Amino acid sequence: MYKISTSPHINSKETTHKIMRDVIVALSPAIMAALIMFGFKALLVLVTSVCACLIFEYFMSKSLGLGNTASDLSAVVTGILLALNLPATMPLWMVIIGAFMAIGVAKMAFGGIGKNIFNPALVGRVFLFISFPVQMTTWVKPHVLDFFNVDATTSATPLNVLKHITENDIFSPEYMNLFLGNIGGSMGETSALAILLGLFWLLKEKIISWHIPVYYIGSFLLCMLITQLITGNVRFDVLSHLLSGGLLLGAVFMATDYTTSPMTKNGKIIFAIGCGILTYVIRVFGAYPEGVSFAILIMNAFVPLIDKYNIQYVYGTRRK
Amino acid sequence: MKTKTFALGGIHLNKHKISARIGIEELDLPDVVYIPVKQHIGAPAKIVVKSGDKVKVGTLLAEADGKVSARVVSSISGEVCKIEEINNGQGYLETVITIKREGDEFEDNMDMSDKIISEISDNRDELLEAIKNAGIVGMGGAGFPTPIKSEIPEGKKADTLIINGIECEPYLTADCRLMEEKSEQIVIGARILNKILGIQNAIIAIDENKRRSIARLRHITKEYVGVNVQPCKSIYPQGGEKQLINAITGREVPSGKLPIDVNCVVQNVATVYAVYEAVQKHIPLFRRVLTVSGNIDWNPCNYLVRIGTPISFILEKNKIQMDKVGKVLIGGPMMGQAISSLDAPVTKTTSGITVFSEQTSRKPETTACIRCGKCVDSCPMGLMPLNIRQAVENNDLNEMKKLHIQDCILCGCCSYICPAKIPLLDYCKIGKYELTKQSKKA
Amino acid sequence: MISALFSNILVLCGLAVIAAILLYITSQKFKMEKSPIEEAIYNALPHANCGACGKAGCQDFASACYKADQEEFETLKCPVGGSNVMAKIADIKGMKAGTMQRTCAVLRCNGTCKNAPDKMEYTGLKSCRVANTVMSGRSGCPNGCLRFGDCVKVCQFGALSLNKETGIPIIDYTKCTSCGKCVQRCPRGLFEIRPIEEGKQVYVACRNQQKGAVARKNCTAACIACGKCAKINPLIVVENNLAYIPTTVSAVADGEKLAAECPVKAIQYRQNMQENKHEN
Repeated sequence: MYKISTSPHINSKETTHKIMRDVIVALSPAIMAALIMFGFKALLVLVTSVCACLIFEYFMSKSLGLGNTASDLSAVVTGILLALNLPATMPLWMVIIGAFMAIGVAKMAFGGIGKNIFNPALVGRVFLFISFPVQMTTWVKPHVLDFFNVDATTSATPLNVLKHITENDIFSPEYMNLFLGNIGGSMGETSALAILLGLFWLLKEKIISWHIPVYYIGSFLLCMLITQLITGNVRFDVLSHLLSGGLLLGAVFMATDYTTSPMTKNGKIIFAIGCGILTYVIRVFGAYPEGVSFAILIMNAFVPLIDKYNIQYVYGTRRK
Repeated sequence: MKTKTFALGGIHLNKHKISARIGIEELDLPDVVYIPVKQHIGAPAKIVVKSGDKVKVGTLLAEADGKVSARVVSSISGEVCKIEEINNGQGYLETVITIKREGDEFEDNMDMSDKIISEISDNRDELLEAIKNAGIVGMGGAGFPTPIKSEIPEGKKADTLIINGIECEPYLTADCRLMEEKSEQIVIGARILNKILGIQNAIIAIDENKRRSIARLRHITKEYVGVNVQPCKSIYPQGGEKQLINAITGREVPSGKLPIDVNCVVQNVATVYAVYEAVQKHIPLFRRVLTVSGNIDWNPCNYLVRIGTPISFILEKNKIQMDKVGKVLIGGPMMGQAISSLDAPVTKTTSGITVFSEQTSRKPETTACIRCGKCVDSCPMGLMPLNIRQAVENNDLNEMKKLHIQDCILCGCCSYICPAKIPLLDYCKIGKYELTKQSKKA
Repeated sequence: MISALFSNILVLCGLAVIAAILLYITSQKFKMEKSPIEEAIYNALPHANCGACGKAGCQDFASACYKADQEEFETLKCPVGGSNVMAKIADIKGMKAGTMQRTCAVLRCNGTCKNAPDKMEYTGLKSCRVANTVMSGRSGCPNGCLRFGDCVKVCQFGALSLNKETGIPIIDYTKCTSCGKCVQRCPRGLFEIRPIEEGKQVYVACRNQQKGAVARKNCTAACIACGKCAKINPLIVVENNLAYIPTTVSAVADGEKLAAECPVKAIQYRQNMQENKHEN
């Protein structure tokens, strides 16, 4: 008895599991950087976040009758991204609350993988940011390669410094430290180098297209550049803004999330430019020094609309 | 020369062209052939023989019934046993003429020598008549009668003849071998079609990977006017008619229109070779080259097979371990049709037989859509398969129309690429079915 | 402090007044003219919005009933609600309702797993409409039930379910409203809305038009067009190798005999189909 089925009779090796695995590989430089900079504490936050996400995913997907979706690794990605968006000093019970918001509320409540409107990791982060502002903005100085150092000297993030700088202050940014990540900030966002390595992997494995990161960062930098040229204020130093804060992490790993970004090329460009401009507006005019999370979440809400009005060009429909 | 490609979508496949270096081999003759009377699009041919008649290779068995039809000739010599209905592989019954073989005799006017005749008659009607008499249909898979494609309707004009030698389906190598071994004949065939269309612009499109075919054809086309070779990027579905026209000429066939509406005519290389044989050597279409390949362990081959040969006979000659076989496809793995009965015969449009092992013939399990958009990126027609799926699940006919389901070419890129393994093409098929049903009702 | 509070209150009140005016204007402008009778008719309907009556949903049907004169009204029928609902509407309008034949959908195939065993294994999307494009049928019968249950999914009244043992759908006539969705959905056109007369129903459960011998190879319950039924009741049509009992023909009187005499048991005879549907 031979099998009958519809064409095509072959399928690509790509699976959801493999895509998530590649994202984890792409995240590994950022994880390494976090461990090098922040040591043991970073590891604890990371492990707690991933485990909590996996457990929530497992139980909620079972109870919602979606089968076991924990095995497709998407919860691991969410867990890592959430952890990388938190300071290393975060109390672990707060991390678990964040994981619950990410998986339970932002993802499973909307129907599980592929159905969520907002990026789960960012929902978790923003929830924690609003609920526990003190813990979420206590940044420690990195202890490079000093794994078990628990000394928590608080330091300001470069963006905080930029926010409150006045025209008379002397401003001497250390671009090399910004690039490598030897600065205060969330665990994963400090090292631009690690994130760029991850971006390289994602592009090489064709997990994401270049449109969102390039247009996001590009539109943001363009706005900043214009502002800097007009005002001449060091507050708007373009390179510092690029290398510090969550811009790179957000543009590479958060805004490119499949489920919460548009489908078509044009849609992606609109989405990315929207994110860029919103980030710029929040950083320059808003009360917070950082605006990436809010910008992406706000644009997430527009994705269905963007998708609705950005139908692909269909072959043979061009007007003569 | 620069390689060309189409504008939208497309996917890169692992080509598995295992048999690309294996020469065309003439298969032993079967004892019985089953020749279907409908091997083309259009009306079935009218049978003109009865059981007991003696036939030779090339004897007319069934005459074309109307304009959109094609005649059918005998592929072996012997006696017509009976006219019966057999399983076409998918379970449907089709009328076949069963012929029992006795020896191997040819009709007298057929020139079976190897001599290449490059002189082409100037009488256009004579050329067209020869093609009609040979019963030639599009051998790439669709089976559209060739004479109709070559006769330009009133008010329309052709300026480009595209010879499709892309063969973008994995595993299949029949066209590749034909271009390498019968290059000159194909070029002459292209010139014949040029003459019929009244143009001097035939372009042979070949996959960039078939370097030896390209080199060979380039060498030959130097001696002939009006035929050029154009390498195309190795991407699926480059060989789709609409995609190929887009790649070669940059034009787009409007939705619901034919290639001739953008002044193009597309013919498959196997068809062009058949045209050469019909016009220059008076050989009607009674055999074709097909690839037998797949992913189970044996020797893949390119065979020259008589039309009507049962597939079981070919596989037997190929010494396939039938107990390991899970799925048998007529055609390639992307657009081929799975068959359940091996009694089905080879027809004019069978470009290959692909055999899959038990493990690889199962469909993978479907998981939830992650909205990655890969189906949208890969669709060569610019459709949005995941939205189509939604519309079909909601049975929303207006939405289906808006999503241009009727333009889907069933290439299968979306189903292939989907990481969640959603059979998106199946939903497109349901959509097409529902829209056709609705338009029939109205 | 007080002045700030005052201005706030003033602004909010102002907003409220503007909103109220806007609401009033829009409600006046887009007012739907609807008579209480039409409203009552609409309320009497089952609100299934299935379109089985031929109108675009219950609202449309209600307005059609409202506008209809006696003659036209008799042609209007709500298959879901049945004669009860039509009687209610007739009361509201003060007219007489047309007579309504009790009906339900039947499956004209008895190709169960046992009668028509699988000859091929289909591994694609479990949908009849897809399977129909690539194969003649699991058993080889090109007209028979594909047993993937597209009809079950489309039935909004839960009247259809796949029988696990036989593989083919069974119709719960107490729930079936004759809306006709399954008739449209089945790619092989196996469903038919047939009348129930005196709680009895008789029909040929086969649509195979192949010759008897060919059809029998695939399915033991295939009609072989022997013509025995036509001898019992001459109104039964036997053509294209298939017997068919037209819906306009009353054959239930011979039902028992027909079912017993049919050599392949292709004729289905049902009795004691109680009138217990739609007692909302």
